[in-house]
Amino acid sequence: MEQLDWLPRHPDLRGAIAAARKLADAQDRLAAAIALAGHRRDFVATDQLARLADAAATVIGGLDRTACVQLTPVRVAVLASHTVDHLLPAARVAGLQRRLALATYVAPYGMLRQALLARASELAAFAPQFVVIASDANDAAFDVPIDTCEAAAEQAVGARVEELRALWRGARRHYSAQVIQQTFVAMVPPLFGSYEGLVPGAPTALLERLNNALRAAAREDGVLLLDLAWHARRSGTVFDPVRWHQAKQLVSPVFAPCYGDLLARVVAAAVGCSRKCLVLDLDNTLWGGVVGDDGPEGIQLGNGSPAGEAFLAFQRYAAQLARRGVVLAICSKNDPRLAEEVFSSHPEMALRCSDIACFVANWDDKATNLRRIARSLELGRDSFVFVDDNPVERDIVRRELPEVAVPELPDDVALYPAMLAAAGYFEPASFTREDAGRSRSYAANAERRSLQEGSTDIDGFLRSLDMKLVVTAVGSMQLQRAAQLINKSNQFNLTTRRYTEAQLADIAAQASSVALCLRLVDRFGDNGLIGVLIARPDADVAADELLIDSWLMSCRVLGRQVEVAALQVLAAEAARRGAAALVGEYRPTPRNALVADHYAKLGFEAIAVPATQSNGVTRWRYDIEAAPPLPHHIQLEVDA
Amino acid sequence: MNEAQVYAALTEVFHDVFDDETIALAPTMTAADIEGWDSTAHVALIVAAETRFGVRFRTSEFETLRNVGDFVRLIATKVAKG
Repeated sequence: MEQLDWLPRHPDLRGAIAAARKLADAQDRLAAAIALAGHRRDFVATDQLARLADAAATVIGGLDRTACVQLTPVRVAVLASHTVDHLLPAARVAGLQRRLALATYVAPYGMLRQALLARASELAAFAPQFVVIASDANDAAFDVPIDTCEAAAEQAVGARVEELRALWRGARRHYSAQVIQQTFVAMVPPLFGSYEGLVPGAPTALLERLNNALRAAAREDGVLLLDLAWHARRSGTVFDPVRWHQAKQLVSPVFAPCYGDLLARVVAAAVGCSRKCLVLDLDNTLWGGVVGDDGPEGIQLGNGSPAGEAFLAFQRYAAQLARRGVVLAICSKNDPRLAEEVFSSHPEMALRCSDIACFVANWDDKATNLRRIARSLELGRDSFVFVDDNPVERDIVRRELPEVAVPELPDDVALYPAMLAAAGYFEPASFTREDAGRSRSYAANAERRSLQEGSTDIDGFLRSLDMKLVVTAVGSMQLQRAAQLINKSNQFNLTTRRYTEAQLADIAAQASSVALCLRLVDRFGDNGLIGVLIARPDADVAADELLIDSWLMSCRVLGRQVEVAALQVLAAEAARRGAAALVGEYRPTPRNALVADHYAKLGFEAIAVPATQSNGVTRWRYDIEAAPPLPHHIQLEVDA
Repeated sequence: MNEAQVYAALTEVFHDVFDDETIALAPTMTAADIEGWDSTAHVALIVAAETRFGVRFRTSEFETLRNVGDFVRLIATKVAKG
């Protein structure tokens, strides 16, 4: 775990780092650091990679100015009551592995409260998007007697949580930052052994009560957790008392690569860079044996044999991931008829065809098939995790499609779930009812597509969907889900501006702005929140114009005229606020070519781009009075 | 493992921790002689050496380490004890 066991081993990482350091071009050195970050590494190698990348970035003028891949810049401030300097290089390297250019800032030792309760100019200048609050158990020491009663323990914990909440509010008020709270790691072993939890005033019991209370408070306040306590209980290498006494390090350097990964994955989740889709091989991954050789009745699966139970347990784990919103796909070199027969008729299967959003079994190579699955699901390959028991296949996919995450796997399938969990690919920044229904919605989408294929008359098809667009103002109810969509939409996203919940709440509160949530309901069900629109006054546009700051939609509803209906609502809302025209903006990224002609198609006219803009930005104007309305087949329900 | 072998292996540890392959260790060297040898690097050196030699340093031993020579002798003693 502490050496990131799911990452592939490099045959000579030390040599490769030394060779990378000697490359003449800084871009090449940075590219090498990014590539090497994806390998199993201890804290020394991790630090070396961080120095390699940092030095190259200094030459280039910033970590995000890479030529090889585009990195998303993110600024993270860590406010700690213990030494954390040795952990930040690991977070930056883990960021590189997730295509994040993490800039990190550590507040001076012991300045945690001061920097949050009042605006600290140095931290304000850094303008953190994320503030990590890393306090330790000594900092949160409880002044309660060991024989304290339940109610008094609860009260002491409640007071401590309120104190933390004041810090969270400070982070929002002074820096508009998303807070990440680190849970408290026990630094003293239990006094009572197994009886500890029965004594309200026992130190470890109090700490556990505090962690539980702050988890509940974090959920209410929209704070994310770096649940170090949870990891510390499972890994003995997190806290080392020798390092604490020696250097006030709460987290041992040995665990630094993993700590960096844990932090980077929470940040990545919040900016929409978590993985979304689990692609599974079949033979010897979901069941034992080869269905083509052994036949559906001859494979090892289910109760009765230890191996069969282990495969079943892995299937159940995958099925539960699907329940929480991870999209499942199958990619197998197999006879498709036999493979599907196992899913439809093997009595022991935990996974069913309805759990699988895309089922590809054929004799093509896996990279080709993974490309096919990405196209079919309209998901980026960088959202894929590919699980295959065969190390040769894993290597080929890593080489052909480096953007796909391919975990190393233990040679016993019984250990697959733990490895997949440890790798943290699917870390979310929120969990809503809609996530739970996502797999079903992908399956329904496949059905909609097949209906479309059977229909030659597109208008008739769209009418037959009985679509209704439900438009609401972005309010506290939609904030979490809207921020989630804003931060993960890449393809149908005109400007790719990312906002935290706090920033979005600020924008939505302006009376002169329009901030809308779009839901689409059709006869197959509720597609959930499928779009967010933000239009606001801007110094760059005329006083009677609103600039469309953000227009993003889920690719699931492409080709259904939702954008036409959405424009109708946006124009009406803008007019209600006194605007005569809308100004649209397209900011190209490597992912959003899909919408380059979005405004042209909607009847906007191209206008000049302000001199301050560059890099292919285009601007478009829509005269609300003069522009002719475009037809669509969507009923509108507006409550803005 | 004799002291010379410890020197050779420890030199590699220093090269990695400081990204400097020109470092040549000498018994009298201290933190003042190597650029970047701050408190963070010091803990990193200790932990990297623990990993490299498969030994564990006691909390009470940190303050006895005045220079590289002390460090090497302590490692050699620990390695010899197994």
